[in-house]
Amino acid sequence: MSLWQFMVHNHTEILELTLEHLKLVGISTFLAVLVGIPLGILITRWPALNKPVLGGANIIQTIPSLALFGFLLPAPWIGARADRLAILALALYALLPLIRNTYAGIQGVDRAIVEAGRGMGMTDCQLLFHVELPLALGVIIAGVRVATVISVGLATIAAAIGAGGLGEYIFRGLAMVNNQVILAGAIPAAAMALLADVSLGWLEKRLSPG
Amino acid sequence: MNNSPNTRPAIEFRYVSYRVNGDGDAGRELLHDLNLEVQRGETLVLLGRSGSGKTTTLKLINHLLTPSSGELLVETRPTRDWDVIRLRRTIGYVIQEVGLFPHFTVEHNIGLVPKIENWPAERIRARVGELLELVGLAPEIASRYPRELSGGQRQRVGVARALAADPPILLMDEPFGALDLITRVELQREFLNLQKRLCKTVVFVTHDLREALLLGTRIALMEAGRLVTVQTPEEFLNSTEPLATAYKDAFGGDLRI
Repeated sequence: MSLWQFMVHNHTEILELTLEHLKLVGISTFLAVLVGIPLGILITRWPALNKPVLGGANIIQTIPSLALFGFLLPAPWIGARADRLAILALALYALLPLIRNTYAGIQGVDRAIVEAGRGMGMTDCQLLFHVELPLALGVIIAGVRVATVISVGLATIAAAIGAGGLGEYIFRGLAMVNNQVILAGAIPAAAMALLADVSLGWLEKRLSPG
Repeated sequence: MNNSPNTRPAIEFRYVSYRVNGDGDAGRELLHDLNLEVQRGETLVLLGRSGSGKTTTLKLINHLLTPSSGELLVETRPTRDWDVIRLRRTIGYVIQEVGLFPHFTVEHNIGLVPKIENWPAERIRARVGELLELVGLAPEIASRYPRELSGGQRQRVGVARALAADPPILLMDEPFGALDLITRVELQREFLNLQKRLCKTVVFVTHDLREALLLGTRIALMEAGRLVTVQTPEEFLNSTEPLATAYKDAFGGDLRI
């Protein structure tokens, strides 16, 4: 049967794996945003933390993904369930683009605007929420976009440790030496990445000032 | 001598110095032992070339910079005794690059300090209308964004924004420097009219002698972080002080007030 027929025939399983994949990417990106954006804001306020924070996130990113999964396996509670482990690993990988883009976005706000705001008597909080964050939003969303697209790809490896997702089909297909199975996993994953990229790209443009 | 707050100077510099930290003792002194009084209601122009310390002096007043030594009094209180936020909201600040918030309308830009001071919305709207008229802008400008305005219009909005909460003191750092000559002359004239109406205490930084002569009630000439002389425009024109003379020569003949 053709690839299309194969995918239609197995559509329940493919849908199930797609949802698992979405869950892994969704939760991990959400966690990374929750930690990464505040960290990015922090290092604009405390430049001394710049090197350790960005350096730390950089080091995490350079660790090969499968190795990171391996490192986290013996961890208590995290290593007990494959999906928890995968979510943590994906969240860690998503940190660098988020921290870096938040930092760059805020630093990129015209210094004259910040000076005018401070000179007018805006508190640091007011400056951050009324001026810097709104103006940095486009760049920050770009960071979310990069983090999400990376996560969709990395999540396919999560299947290697049994966390589910579309990677299951890819690995299964590789083991069976069956291209259809591989593609039935790879195509939805690629489509998901593209969809995330396009929709977040649209959001980025809409929220960029000017 | 009557020492009530209303006769005291609005701003007093007493032996104020400002140093930036270098390695060890190699800090650079941008301002040395400044003694200067700004009287209520006057326009004091800080005149000097780049590096003369005039912008540093200005930024010490609203505490964007902290004095390294000496005492700086604003409204008879030392700046270190003021709550910094309250101090800055008592002082209007206009800079050369204007620094309007691009994601806010003109109305929102002008009304920002009143808004964070929790003025009621109606009062803010009325005040914005008042200020637009004051700086010579049409009321429909209120709903436009800064990117839709010309340079001259933007700086008018900048001045309106600085005046929004009706501060007694206004700091202006080469506010018309980035504008073309015609617009600059126009805004200088409007500034004079504004001052006649409002009688604010203004500290105005410029490197342009003509502007200083036109706008200042007194001119404080600065060089290399030190105050050289403080004179009225007439005194300056008749001055034989070497730096003043050098300035007058540099600006060519036909200088007038």
